[in-house]
Amino acid sequence: MSDPSAATTPPGAPAQRRPLVRLEHVDKHFGALHVLRDVDLTVAEGEVVVVIGPSGSGKSTLCRTINRLEAIDSGRITIAGEDLPAEGKALAKLRADVGMVFQSFNLFAHKTVRENVTLGPVKVRGVAAAEARRRADELLERVGVASQADKYPAQLSGGQQQRVAIARALAMDPKVMLFDEPTSALDPEMINEVLDVMTGLARSGMTMVVVTHEMGFARRAADRVVFMAEGQVLEDADPETFFTAPEHERAKDFLSKILTH
Amino acid sequence: MQVLLDNLGTFGRGAWGTVVLFAWSAVGSLVLGTLLACLRVAPSAAMRAAGTAYVNLVRNTPLTLVMFFSVLALPQLQIRFGDSLNTQFRVFAVLALVAYTSCFVCEAIRSGINTVPVGQAEAARAIGLPFGQVLTLVVLPQAFRAVVPPMGNIFIALVKNTSVASAFSNYELISAMRNLIEQNGNAVISILVGITAAYVLLVAVVALAFNRLERAVGVPA
Repeated sequence: MSDPSAATTPPGAPAQRRPLVRLEHVDKHFGALHVLRDVDLTVAEGEVVVVIGPSGSGKSTLCRTINRLEAIDSGRITIAGEDLPAEGKALAKLRADVGMVFQSFNLFAHKTVRENVTLGPVKVRGVAAAEARRRADELLERVGVASQADKYPAQLSGGQQQRVAIARALAMDPKVMLFDEPTSALDPEMINEVLDVMTGLARSGMTMVVVTHEMGFARRAADRVVFMAEGQVLEDADPETFFTAPEHERAKDFLSKILTH
Repeated sequence: MQVLLDNLGTFGRGAWGTVVLFAWSAVGSLVLGTLLACLRVAPSAAMRAAGTAYVNLVRNTPLTLVMFFSVLALPQLQIRFGDSLNTQFRVFAVLALVAYTSCFVCEAIRSGINTVPVGQAEAARAIGLPFGQVLTLVVLPQAFRAVVPPMGNIFIALVKNTSVASAFSNYELISAMRNLIEQNGNAVISILVGITAAYVLLVAVVALAFNRLERAVGVPA
């Protein structure tokens, strides 16, 4: 089988990397609203793709279709070559391999920080409790919230909660991590602590799809920037090209609005 | 009040009957009500329809009629429990109380489920938990917390609804009251006051338990 993703791989990136997430001709409506229009996107193993665009452009929906939190109307989504299964056990199994970090953290409110991180490994992967706990503490250390392990989510700051959410996703050893506007609900002084963790993760070779408004992060950590507007992917380029020489008027207009302040 | 002191045995037997009816019915309706609530939020349309149909059918039927179904219709269908008549009537009454009360438990839990932010279920699905565990590990524990006060009301109503069983060969407080009145026609007011006090006490215990529970399940903020 020929590999059409090779054509979209940006210069500089190793062309032989295996495509991990692939969306082909994806369409999605919310009632009369056409939120995704014939979207094609390929994310290779180890690649960090940042999705940006004005609100309502469909970028969050795009992110949520990848683990089928939103079902698509038509088109095809594959992860590591396998089609997304319909609702059921197979889908749950696939979701275990796809980490997700939400805008509103969504930590389990009735469980401690450590229990948040161990729940998935113990219940889904069947890891022994002691081993899951050891690994959780390791991950909490890595994201810098080890001292909060016995607290409940509501007792933590937003930035701390989001870092726990990242640890919770990492505890499943995911093949790919999805970030749906992970810093949009944070106070400004807490954004960097989360972005630092994400940058470290990107450097470690994690495959990531990141929906964000953080242009600094996109420049620093992205292999590719995807620009969406009105449900379509308008630009798909390396960060340097996108930020200095975007092709579409819509992208130029968007950049001029967010980069001037 | 002398009449109550003289008949403590009858009185106690009645109170015990009420407590037993209540305890079994409370456990049963909590279990069935939770299952019904799970049906009503299930991904399958058929399961949702089944849950909705049951709740709307039974909830809209008077408890006395549900009791008649249990006591008269089940034996016709060759459904019997235990050897002694006492046990049979007790089980029939409990079944009717469970069938009836579980509808209200289901609706309370469902409203509790609606108080749990949708992101909680999404995060649970995102780490790969299947539907059943999303509910039992993440959504229901949080829903129960919101449900404690209305559940208290339902169980208080249940304490009092056990009185219907007295008309269906169950010995409980109302049966004891009828006995006492038959034998002590001159002390009706004392007997009524005594029985009322017994109900008020039982309900107070249930209410206290729920107050404790409400504090116990709260999450430190």
